[in-house]
Amino acid sequence: MSDKLLPHGHPTRAPASQRGRTAEVLEHAKALGKQIEVMIDGRAITVPLGATILEAAQQLGIRIPTLCYHEDLCLAGVCRICVVEVEGQRTLQASCSYPITAPIHVKTHTPAVRKARRHILDLMLASHYGECYTCARNGNCELQSLAEEYGVDYFRFGRMEKPRYEIDLSSHALVRDMNKCILCRRCVRTCIDLQEVGVLEAIDRGNRIKITTFGDKPLSDVVCINCGQCINRCPTGALRANDNTDEVWQAIDDPTKHVVIQTAPSPRAGIGECFGLPPGQPMTFRMNTALRYCGFDKVFDTNFAADLTILEEGTELLLRLKAALANDECGMMNDESKSRHSEQSQLQNIHKSSFINHHSPGPLPQFTSCSPGWVKFAEHFYPEYLDHISSCKSPQQMFGALLKTYYAEKTGVDPKDIVTVALMPCSAKKFECNRPEMCASGFKDIDYGLTTRELAKMIREVGVDLPNMNKTDFDEPFGTATGSGVIFGTTGGVMESAIRTVLELVTGKKIESLFDYAEVKPVRGFEGIRYAELPITEVGPVPAIISHLFKDWNWLKGVTLKVAVAHGTANAKLVMEDIKAGGKLSECHFIEFMACPGGCLGGGGQPIPTSPEIRAARAKAIYDEDRSYTIRKSHENPALLQVYADFLTDGPCGHRSHELLHTHYTPRGKYIA
Amino acid sequence: MPFSTYLAKCPDCHEATEEELLVQLDDVLADYASVPGALIPVLQITQAIFGYLPETALKKIALSLGKPYSEVAGVVGFYSFFTTVPRGKHLVRVCLGTACYVRGGKEVLAASKDLLRIEVGETSSDRMFSLDVGRCFGACGLAPVIMIDDDVHQRVRPAQLPKIFDQYRDNSATDDNGNGESD
Repeated sequence: MSDKLLPHGHPTRAPASQRGRTAEVLEHAKALGKQIEVMIDGRAITVPLGATILEAAQQLGIRIPTLCYHEDLCLAGVCRICVVEVEGQRTLQASCSYPITAPIHVKTHTPAVRKARRHILDLMLASHYGECYTCARNGNCELQSLAEEYGVDYFRFGRMEKPRYEIDLSSHALVRDMNKCILCRRCVRTCIDLQEVGVLEAIDRGNRIKITTFGDKPLSDVVCINCGQCINRCPTGALRANDNTDEVWQAIDDPTKHVVIQTAPSPRAGIGECFGLPPGQPMTFRMNTALRYCGFDKVFDTNFAADLTILEEGTELLLRLKAALANDECGMMNDESKSRHSEQSQLQNIHKSSFINHHSPGPLPQFTSCSPGWVKFAEHFYPEYLDHISSCKSPQQMFGALLKTYYAEKTGVDPKDIVTVALMPCSAKKFECNRPEMCASGFKDIDYGLTTRELAKMIREVGVDLPNMNKTDFDEPFGTATGSGVIFGTTGGVMESAIRTVLELVTGKKIESLFDYAEVKPVRGFEGIRYAELPITEVGPVPAIISHLFKDWNWLKGVTLKVAVAHGTANAKLVMEDIKAGGKLSECHFIEFMACPGGCLGGGGQPIPTSPEIRAARAKAIYDEDRSYTIRKSHENPALLQVYADFLTDGPCGHRSHELLHTHYTPRGKYIA
Repeated sequence: MPFSTYLAKCPDCHEATEEELLVQLDDVLADYASVPGALIPVLQITQAIFGYLPETALKKIALSLGKPYSEVAGVVGFYSFFTTVPRGKHLVRVCLGTACYVRGGKEVLAASKDLLRIEVGETSSDRMFSLDVGRCFGACGLAPVIMIDDDVHQRVRPAQLPKIFDQYRDNSATDDNGNGESD
């Protein structure tokens, strides 16, 4: 493991109980690499041996309806809606899990197939509490669309007249309404297979079966990390984010309240999808106009706080690096290095005096703290590593703390009358803003978190057609952001921004001289875990903003900065296990973790559906926006430098910033309750 | 240690405290820690030790086998042989599989409910019997059958039930292998 990078996950990690029986056959067959010709609806196509009928049909442009199937998940084959006729087979076959191993003839829409699909739908509708008008997924529901497509015009097998289950409202982030569940198990597979958390499972069987948690406990009492990936993959309204739009409207309609909203980079790349646009259409400046129409008093850019995070987190990294190097000349935290410890103790004493920081720096590798899903994941599953997580709050919370202190002071608005709303691509942010420790100003840093979907609803409610809005800019004083802030929305973005700033600050050389267009390609992409080494060959004049940290900066000369990026908690788990085992990644200095596949742009608050293509399109929109900025590095953000000059006068990681912008974490244990 | 040894080891489980039983569970888990597919045998043994599957035991099993709680709960919920509520000393299971059903299983169940004064899934007030419904024990030729603990009683008629139950009331275990009277 030490000289090789980690395996990037297995095709499926689901427990045997949730794995399609054919999944393994399929992988084996695909590995053989042979081609085979099949006929689907009279049209021939050549596919790799082991491809499924569904995949072959998709290539031909033939649509086969699916419910339990999802591109991101392992096969289940439980809903049967995708049945087709395979010549020579006595019964209909589920096309999503039928590997092609012979030159078969398939018919996808015969009368028998259509009748079977309709019956399956009728049966699902018989045990689905279909209150479509009041459902969060009205108009964006896979079951609803299929019922329409297959001409369901009455409830052949009756319908569920009254709800059977209590709705689980315990979580700040998610709402679970099992009355709408059709038992497709996408959420189960998302939780255990995609995210490796494993909160949900199908319990009991027959007509008593339901998807629930261990011991039927409420979501707030189990290890749910609030990532909301299950919401994005639920075909119906059984899972949704906790809706805060009513509270936000109330605040807007209250004349005594000053309502400010900050918008994160990912919702802009996604919200167009809620208005019928293809994925990847940036809506940044049109959204600003729409937000003012909704009645928000000020519209700010979360990217400003992202830039702030980079300066704070980058400084924290330098402090940790220095402390670790003082302990160990190689900057590693592995066991072999401990033997050299005594030789270094003298050196340590010398360096100790140069620390400006009031808090002793934590160990390496430093982990990012922007993703609240990842933070809760670590609190549950790796509580012994909490001191590795950067003490910096996430950009959302930093911004909230600044709004209720610096901004309140500057504008003369009483902080108790400021209502801070955060537009996030995230369901876990709703949990984060309700953390008891997030009250640095004496008030809740952030009052309400809105998801992209909720904002789309609000915008529609005020009768605004977003794609046709005119463009307006953000409000001052937090309107200036940089390209670095923007790329926080995608996996690898925080790392790239940090590299741009840290390398430029310490080497004194323009980052463009190392990476074309300041694009740090090694940390980009969608590979599950990425690793990069960045040698610091020279140390230049360090700018004033951080130059007070150390008397002498030459200790950094010759250090090779080792960084890694992981997205999706399944990949985070691989990284953590490697660190635990003392593998290659334990030698890293800085690791970016994002709970959601693809980073924030694939967050649990983003428009539904999600797929690798959709996420790639959103990422492209984000990188394009980065390129469009003239200022692309956090430390060059003039508004940010102004805040350090006026307010956070003791600099990054100084006393005031520690009070307002830093936090601590709660070890929660692996298996609570 | 083979599976049957564990089962044989704990005839007096009901008298031991939960802490003592959890210690026994530790031994089981130590033996099964690295065995693939250990979950179901471990659950069976645990149920034999405790008489049912308490939440504390399930958590312990999940932790030491490295599985999420929910997965363990899913397996327990799936199989009707597993129970998460305490059971009486003897478990009466009336088969309602197709063969038993058509040969009078339903009447046998009704009579059992009357005699024990409990519903399906409940335990009698003297904690002697729990009543459950089975779906085929693989003894269709002997229908209708009931199972009490590990004994199969064949071709049961409602009138025979008081006598059958009394055998279990008198002595905690019985040598009767369920070959009772035959027609």
